[in-house]
Formats: sequence, structure tokens, C-alpha cells
Amino acid sequence: MINTVKLKRGLDLRMEGAVEAGAPVQAVSPDTVAVCPDDFHGFLPKLQVKEDDAVAQGQPLMHDKNCPDIKLCSPVAGTVAAVVRGERRKILRVVVKAAAAAAPEPIVRPDTPERIRQAMQLTGLWAEMRQRPYDIVPDPGKTPRDIFVTAFDSAPLALPMENHPAVSQKRLDAAVEAMARLTSGHIYICTRPGFPLKVTSPALHYVIEGPHPSGNAGIQAANIAPVNKGETIWTLSIVTLCRLGQLMTEGVRGFETLVGLCGSEVKQPHAITTVDGADIAQLIDGQIKDDGRHHRIISGNVLTGVKVDADGYLRFPYRQLTVIPEGDDVDEFMGWASLSPSKMSVSRSFPFSGLKKRFSPDARLLGGHRAMIMSETADKVMPMDILPEYLLKAIISKDIDRMEALGIYEVAPEDFALAEYVDPSKTETQKIVREGLDYLRKEIE
Amino acid sequence: MSLIKKYLDRARPHFQPGGRFQALQSVFDGVETFLYTPRDTSRSGVHVHDALDSKRVMIIVVMALLPCLLFGMYNCGYQNYLGSGHAEFPFWELMAYGFLAILPKIVVTYVVGLGIEFVVAQWRHEEIQEGFLVTGILIPLICPIETPLWMMAVATAFSVIFVKEVFGGTGYNIFNVALVTRAFLFFSYPASMSGDRAFISSQPICGLGGTVNFADGISGATPLGQVATHAGGPLEIHNIVGDPVSNWDAFLGLIPGSFGETSTLCIFIGAALLLLTGIASWKVMLSVFAGGLLMGLTVHVFQNSDYPASMLTPWQQIIYGGFAFAAVFMATDPVTAARTGVGKYIYGLLVGVIAVIIRTYNNGYPEGAMLAVLLMNALAPLIDWCVVQANINRRLNRVKAKS
Repeated sequence: MINTVKLKRGLDLRMEGAVEAGAPVQAVSPDTVAVCPDDFHGFLPKLQVKEDDAVAQGQPLMHDKNCPDIKLCSPVAGTVAAVVRGERRKILRVVVKAAAAAAPEPIVRPDTPERIRQAMQLTGLWAEMRQRPYDIVPDPGKTPRDIFVTAFDSAPLALPMENHPAVSQKRLDAAVEAMARLTSGHIYICTRPGFPLKVTSPALHYVIEGPHPSGNAGIQAANIAPVNKGETIWTLSIVTLCRLGQLMTEGVRGFETLVGLCGSEVKQPHAITTVDGADIAQLIDGQIKDDGRHHRIISGNVLTGVKVDADGYLRFPYRQLTVIPEGDDVDEFMGWASLSPSKMSVSRSFPFSGLKKRFSPDARLLGGHRAMIMSETADKVMPMDILPEYLLKAIISKDIDRMEALGIYEVAPEDFALAEYVDPSKTETQKIVREGLDYLRKEIE
Repeated sequence: MSLIKKYLDRARPHFQPGGRFQALQSVFDGVETFLYTPRDTSRSGVHVHDALDSKRVMIIVVMALLPCLLFGMYNCGYQNYLGSGHAEFPFWELMAYGFLAILPKIVVTYVVGLGIEFVVAQWRHEEIQEGFLVTGILIPLICPIETPLWMMAVATAFSVIFVKEVFGGTGYNIFNVALVTRAFLFFSYPASMSGDRAFISSQPICGLGGTVNFADGISGATPLGQVATHAGGPLEIHNIVGDPVSNWDAFLGLIPGSFGETSTLCIFIGAALLLLTGIASWKVMLSVFAGGLLMGLTVHVFQNSDYPASMLTPWQQIIYGGFAFAAVFMATDPVTAARTGVGKYIYGLLVGVIAVIIRTYNNGYPEGAMLAVLLMNALAPLIDWCVVQANINRRLNRVKAKS
């Protein structure tokens, strides 16, 4: 049986530089790859390798201090080229230089729930999941009430997830069967209408219609079975689910990924098959417009992605690279009075903002930080039963009881990304939510 | 354009800490960000931002107020020419008269209000906030034209400091700053703020216009003022020379009243701009009018000659006095209105209802819109509290239903 959920609130940013269906796919095998522990919030890295160590594909590079079984693994075989540290010796990334090597031995197919969990932790698949509350790598001590899998990415310029090389029917079926043993609740798989694969029992198939953020697993959970205080759910993408399927059927942990190189500053937006954590210089080599502008390279989408440098590395979830103008090289005279048709806005005060055209915004704030002045701007882009303004105020005032009452356990920073985009007061909403979740976790656990 | 940029770049070091004019840094930043969109790019969170910012929000409200301002100039001249016995009403002369009458008031409110904003911004080392751009034009529009300039200066300073800045500035105030200015004037200087003479500019300005001689049986009482002092018999509204005022005149705004709020037509033009651009909340605006009409109908059905305002028809309640202006520009102030969706309907409805109740059942106050909005400003957080509590209860019930 297929259930349909129609979401009305939200917003699809119409941006220039989408990857067109049918564009040729480039294959890049990177010389170096990197794993950044910051991408896995809640994971406290402890190194398992030293510089110049030889590593095999899938060999652990780091483990979690609180749970040594949870690993982050090398996506390629080679040698550890560098361990880059930041302030207070915090590990920023571990860089591995690729070398030719034989394919790793398939692992023994795990057969009990306990072994499935352990296999996921040891292969790094565990770290690709998130738990609510707190939007962190799942706590292995907790059993999830339900598991939510999103099978589409609704973010601006994102590629369809079903084209990802990891995704196949056989793997999906195997993964659903394995996952079902990890929870006493349901597995919800949320897709767009016309999803090409068949969702088999015991997973429940939900079809989600509506604009972004409908593809966020947390938004889907909020509209299907919201998280209550004391409950835990896992969220993951169908890519991670199918990688589990690959592990279950072939005994191999896959690191292959499909990256959309998109954005208004890319000459020919196209998809690239490569591996997780690939070197960005190789991916964008010769692909960026040389129009003399400053560029912002984002690993991920423009709403939740990470700003990276041209010599940086692909960051989790390893599916998108967006290049937009930085905008710190333009002086716009009285920009607040502009009627220019190139301004992207949800406000009808820009007469051309409603046109069905695509925009190429830059990274400027386009205004100063202000107190919250306009009301209900965030509500229009958050399809959940949450009062975003009140929740944010509770977080800012560090009022734990009120945060709980207003539903902080149901949210993740990414759910607030559009609210941050539309806010005329330019509040750093995602940062506030992240700090609130961290504060709450520290106080309660 | 690049000339201005070069000039700003050259002047900037003087305004930085350590420079000659470091005490004016906030002012310089204010001017610079007004002229040029800052180059700041996002450092956390989203990488693109919507082009709407609070400068644009405020400027659109100012634009929406322009029809009221322009009509106010015309009407100010018209009332003077009518009262001083002119037979002809040349358009540009009337406009020039009104312009000269209102200009000092606009200058005084902006100088006082923005001056305080600049000082406070510099003191707190913050950017200058745009809120007063709107407040500064609202204040002259809602005051009688004969209000002395020093009173406006005192009232503006009082509200900006004690209603806005002590709470933390734009976005933190509980009461609408412009309305508190009006209320401060009303309660501190009642003699100058009401009666027959306050609403008519009675002296010639720069050779334009004439002297209005109130001894000559001319009364500048507003329609609502006449209603409040009505003593029996059929209710009839007169203009200043004693001719009857039609509903059409009142709708167009050719009646005595506070400078910018007589013309319901111009207020509707402003409302259309605010609603088309989505800057003002249609929920609030619509429900204020709904509340006013509903209560207007109720008092009209239960007419009572002790309360002459109950003889007004519901639409007369809307075209007379400041009701429409309050509904469109005052009640919709996003900071002081209710901030939740459902809360806005309740807030608006109550503003409309209370405005008409005060008008009708309290003969001491001919106009209730100001007090209604201020009262609801105070109650808006309570309304929101109930709406937020409903959300919290839904969440609690979800857990209960499970267990």
C-alpha cells in the first residue's frame, strides 16, 4: 500500500546551473581523498592510523571516543598522506593518497541484529545515519522507535537519488530486511511519485509531494510520526540504505558516489562518478567559468552545504558540489531599492521574483543582522507543527523546559535552512538550532 | 556612482576607531549601507539569502504612506482656503500650502528621532536600525496640524527613548512608537490636541492661504468630534463652514482631521501596496476591518441617543476618524501585533471591536482607534501565549494518546 503526504509549505529555489537529465556523466578517480570528522556531528574522533601508514579500502581511519566500534573508514586504498589539525589539535581531516590495490576481501554476511549493527559501525555506515533528537550520529545504546529513509533530495540543484550508483532493487530489498531487525517499529521509505524501485514489506512506502524541504527525512518524520520526548528515530538516505544492502548481499562496503557539479558559475553542469571524500581540485578542474569573479565552492547544496576551498575535499553526504559567485567583489548602489529582475526573493516587492525564470544569486547577506521584526516568515517554509520563532527564542534564552515543550526533539538545523534563507533580519538560524541541540544534549545527558 | 564610492572609501578611516570622527562611526556605517549594499557574505548556515531586508521593508511602508501624505497636504490647504473664505481652490497653491505646513513637523520628528537613534546606535556599537524611517513619517500624519513643534519634539523623544530604546531598539518594543507619541500628546496636552481648532491650519504661510476666523461661526471640529458633542435630533455632519458632509467627501478625505488620516481612499491605496508586496499582514488588516464593521453594525442595531456615535452606520465608522489608518498602518506593525497566525485574526478583530466600543460608549474620547491599538499591543503577547500553549498542548497530547 502506498500512502501519500502532500506538503504545502516550503520553497523551491529556482537557481541557474542545474544538471540536465541526460547530460554525459564524467568519471573521476581522485589522487587523494579525505575524511572530515566534522561532517558526522556527535562523532568524537580518535585516530587509528599515523601519517605514512598504508591503508586498505574500508580500513578504519578514526573511531569514536565514546564508542570505539563506530568507525570512519578510508574510501580508497593507499597511504595516509596527512592528518590535518586545527585549533587545540582538533582533527580536521585525514587525507589518504590513493594507490592501486586489489579489491578488499568480502566480509562475512552478518546474520544477527547484533552483528548487523556491528558491521554497520565498523564499516562507517553507522556514521552516515542520524538520530533525532539532537541530529547526531546514532547513539548505539538506543533502539530506534522507527527508521525514516528519504529516497529523494529536494534541495536546490540536487540530483535525483535513484541515479546514485549504490541504489539498486536487490540491495534495497536486502537492506530493508536487515534494517527491520534493528527496530521494533516501522521503516518508512519516502519517495517522490514515480519512484522506479519497488519498496517491499516490511518497509512502508510513503509518497511525498511538495516543495523543499519535503526531502528532509526529519520533515517527513514530522508529518508521518513525529518524535516525542524520550523517543529516538534514525534518519538516513536511500544511498546509505543501499550501501547496507551491498554489504548484506555482496559483503562489500561501497564508497562509490555520484556528485552533481552544479551552480551558475559552472560551465557545463554535469554529474560525476567518483568516491566519497574526493579531491575537489580534480572534480572542478577546468569546469569553472573564468569570468573574473570570486567564486564560492560549496560541498553540498546552497542551503546546508559546507564552504570548501578549491584545494578542499568533498564533504558528507558526498552528492553535490555547487559553485556560485561569492559577491564580495560587487558594489551595488542602493541595492535595497532595486527593482532588478535578477534579484531572487520570495517577496512580491520584487516585481520579477514571481517569474518562472532561474536566478543566479551570490553569497551576500543582502542586508544587516537585525532583531526579529517580520513575523511568520519562517512558518511559510517549514512544513512541521513547530512555531519556529518561539523555538528559536527559547534556544537563545537557553530555556530547556520551553525548548522541550516547543518540540526541539523533532528538529534538525537543516529543517531551518529555508527559514534562514527567507529571513529579512538575516538571523543565523541553523547555527542557533545547532548550538541549542548541543546545549540540550550536554545538559540532559 | 563610483565617485561616491571613492569618496566613502577615502572617508572611512576617519570614522574607524582611532580616527578623527570615531564618535560618528554608526552614522557613517548607516550612510554607507544605505548607499551601497554591504559586501558581507554569509559565514555560517545558508550560502544564499533572500534579497528582502529590513531597509526594503521599511521603505515600502514609507511609500505606502505617500498617498496619505500628499492628500494630507492638499486637504490641509483646502481646509484653510475654505475656512478663510476663498472662493477658488487652485490645486498647486493648496499643495504648496499643505507642504509648507507639514514640512517643519516632518523635519522636527526626523531630527529628534533619528538623532536619538544615532546616539544610541553609537553608544551600543550597533548598526543604525531603520525602524524610525517609518515612525518619523507616521507621527506628523497622525497629529493635528496645529500641534506645536516643541510638543512634537518632546513627545517623539519620550517615545523613542522610553518605548523603544529602553527595551532594546527596533524589534523589541511592546507598544507602537508612533501611537505612543500620539497618546503622550493627547494626554499631556489635551487642549492642543482636540477641540475645534487643532485640526485646521488657521494662519497664512509664506503669503499662501488666509486667516481662519473661528469667531465667525466656523468650526473645525472633526466628524467624530461633532458626533461626540451631538445633543439630540437627527445626526448631521457639517464641514467647517457649516455645509453638510456626504459619505463620499468623508471617503475622499475632504474633512477636518489629523493630517494624513482623513482620506480613506488614499489609505486603501497604501493598503493595496502593502498587501501586494506582502509586507503587511493581510490577516491583521482584514480582521481589523471585520471587527470594526461587526461592532459598528452591532452598535447601529442597538441605537441609543445617549450614545450618538451609535447612530453612525458601520461604514461611517470606517470612513470617519483614524480607524482605517490605524487598521492599515498601525495595527499591522509586525513587532507590536500578534506574531502567530491564529493570534493575528484575534488581535485584529479585537482592535476593530474595541475601537468602535470606545468611540461609541465613551463620549469623552471621540476617537477610539489609537487606544484600541495600544490596548491590543499590550494584549498581543497574551494572545500569542495562548496560541503557543495550544501548540505545546498538541505535543503533550500526542504523548498521552500513545501511552
